[in-house]
This record gives sequence, C-alpha cells and structure tokens, in this order.
Amino acid sequence: MSRQDVLVTADWAEKNLGTDGVVFLEVDEDTTAYDGGHLPGAVKINWTTELQDPVRRDIVNKEQFEQLLSAKGVGNDDTVVLYGGNNNWFAAYAYWQFKLYGHADVKLLDGGRKKWELDGRTLTGDVADRPATSYTAKDADNSIRAFRDEVVAAIGTKNLVDVRSPDEFSGKILAPAHLPQEQSQRPGHVPGAINIPWSKAANEDGTFKSDDDLAKLYGEEGFDGSKATIAYCRIGERSSHTWVVLHELLGHADVKNYDGSWTEYGSLIGVPIELGAPAKAGADVRSA
Amino acid sequence: MRLLDGTGEFTAEVVASQEGQFRFFAAPGTWTVRALSRSGNGQAELTADGPGVHRAEIAVA
Repeated sequence: MSRQDVLVTADWAEKNLGTDGVVFLEVDEDTTAYDGGHLPGAVKINWTTELQDPVRRDIVNKEQFEQLLSAKGVGNDDTVVLYGGNNNWFAAYAYWQFKLYGHADVKLLDGGRKKWELDGRTLTGDVADRPATSYTAKDADNSIRAFRDEVVAAIGTKNLVDVRSPDEFSGKILAPAHLPQEQSQRPGHVPGAINIPWSKAANEDGTFKSDDDLAKLYGEEGFDGSKATIAYCRIGERSSHTWVVLHELLGHADVKNYDGSWTEYGSLIGVPIELGAPAKAGADVRSA
Repeated sequence: MRLLDGTGEFTAEVVASQEGQFRFFAAPGTWTVRALSRSGNGQAELTADGPGVHRAEIAVA
C-alpha cells in the first residue's frame, strides 16, 4: 500500500469537498470541536459514544458499525476521508476501525484539522445532512487487533511498541500529564517493549513524516521489521496513529493495535510489568 | 497550542480561542508552551511550582 492509498492532502480534500462518492468524517478528541466549525459537508463522529460500545469496554461490534455508518449516510462504495484534531489521533482510531470492518476505500486527511486551520482553509458551522444508507460491514479482521493474552504471549517474541510518552512508559505517570491519572491500577510498561512515542512520527503541523524518515526512526529505536508487532498506548488511539505508520505507510504485514492498551494491561492481575526508562538508556529497570 | 515537557516531549495540544487564550492542566514542572499560527510560531518556557493558574504570553512571528 502506498502513501497515496492512505493519505490525502489538504489540497486534494479542498478540491473534493462536495464530490459525489467522497464523504468527509470528522473525529476529534475534543468532541465539541466539530460544532465550532468543520470542513464543508463533513459529518461528525463522536468517538466516545459512537465508536465504542455504550456499556461494555469495547469498540462497536459489526452491527453497531453498520448502524453508525448507515445513519451517517456512508455507502459501501464511498471514499471515506477521516480527519480530526490533535494530529489525527482519533481519526486514526476511526481509520483502524474502518479497516477492521473492511471498508474498501478509507483515507486520512494528512495533518487533520490542524493543518487545515493553519492553512487558513474554510470551516463552516453548517451541519451536513446526508440521507441514510444501508451499510454492510465485513466480519472484524482481527489480524489487525490484539487482545490481552496475545500481548502477554508476545513478550520476548514480537515487537511491542509502546507509543506513550517516556514518563508514561517509565511508570512515572499513569496517563498524559494533562489527563486524569486513575486509568490503570499500576504504572509501567510491558516487559521488553520499546518506547517510540507516536509524536515522533508526526511533523509539527500534524502531517506524517516522510516514509524515509519514518523507516529511519523505527530502525534507530530498535524496531525489528522481521518480527510481528503489537502497538499499544493508554486506550488505543495513539497506537492507532502508530498502526497507520507501521502497517499502512511502511507496509509491515503483521501489525496489530492493542486497543485495550495500558488501561487494561495495567489493571490485570498477575501479568509482568517493567518499570523504568528503556533499557538501552541505561536506566534502572525493575520487573515483577 | 502545544505543551511540551521538560525534555521537549509532546504532552498535549489545544486550539486557542478567537482571542488567543488557551489553558492546559499540568503537573508542577518546567514546560514549554508553543504556539503555531498562520502568522508564525512562538514559544515560552514556564515553571509551574505548585497549584494555581500560571500565565504565559507568547508572541508569534
């Protein structure tokens, strides 16, 4: 898969606003961002209520995904362009779900809302009204989704890529510094994980770095391209960003996103946890 | 607006209001607050040594 299959530029997006068969969907960490202005014709998806089961901790199932896309007016043959704020964190999370349920043509707007706004492009408050469709999803493709037992089994055998900040990785904090810290019961990381924060894959304007720069980054940080890979973060959205990089842009075949992520792993009874900075940095490492 | 920790690592990002105001919730420590805008970029260093509101003014050019 080439970069052109995965990403669209802001120029392309601007030229294709209103094009039949192209649907823009906005997914933001700040779920009110759309309401203050969005790409003309774009439809809002609320990740907290529409991409997750309302009761269980899980992503939406196939039937819920079908209902969501039908209600949003997305057809199976539509080209879906996802974008959002905060460097496309949650747009990437949605992108991963669209891939999981087999949508044929889904792309990310490179740079998301930030690039669009920095470019001074048009935003509107008009809410798009798309007629409902009858969307049919495929069975979940769990070759791109990791569950907790796979993560434990992957210790020492697969690349485990922890994409959180160094302070979350080391166990100094449980969640990004600006967020509540009560998410998991224990801090730390999965033993043997390498720490490559998602942010290293993005330019300051939110666009992805070049393929060459990305390959160099992961190579320098100890990523072994000959092994299968599981990426994780706190709740699976930042690791979706890295999943896009590794699986979609760099073309590594066996890459899974662990959406349970540290919120689940750090609350499991009896699993091994490692503390401290990456071993190669020579920091104190304790495991239990 | 980007909030970077004492090592320069990304911590958070928010969009400033129309008047250019912003707010981050962060622990005590040394932070860099960086502004990106159509007219240019700028940044300020800030040390938060305890609870309360810590102000930073950033010129972009």
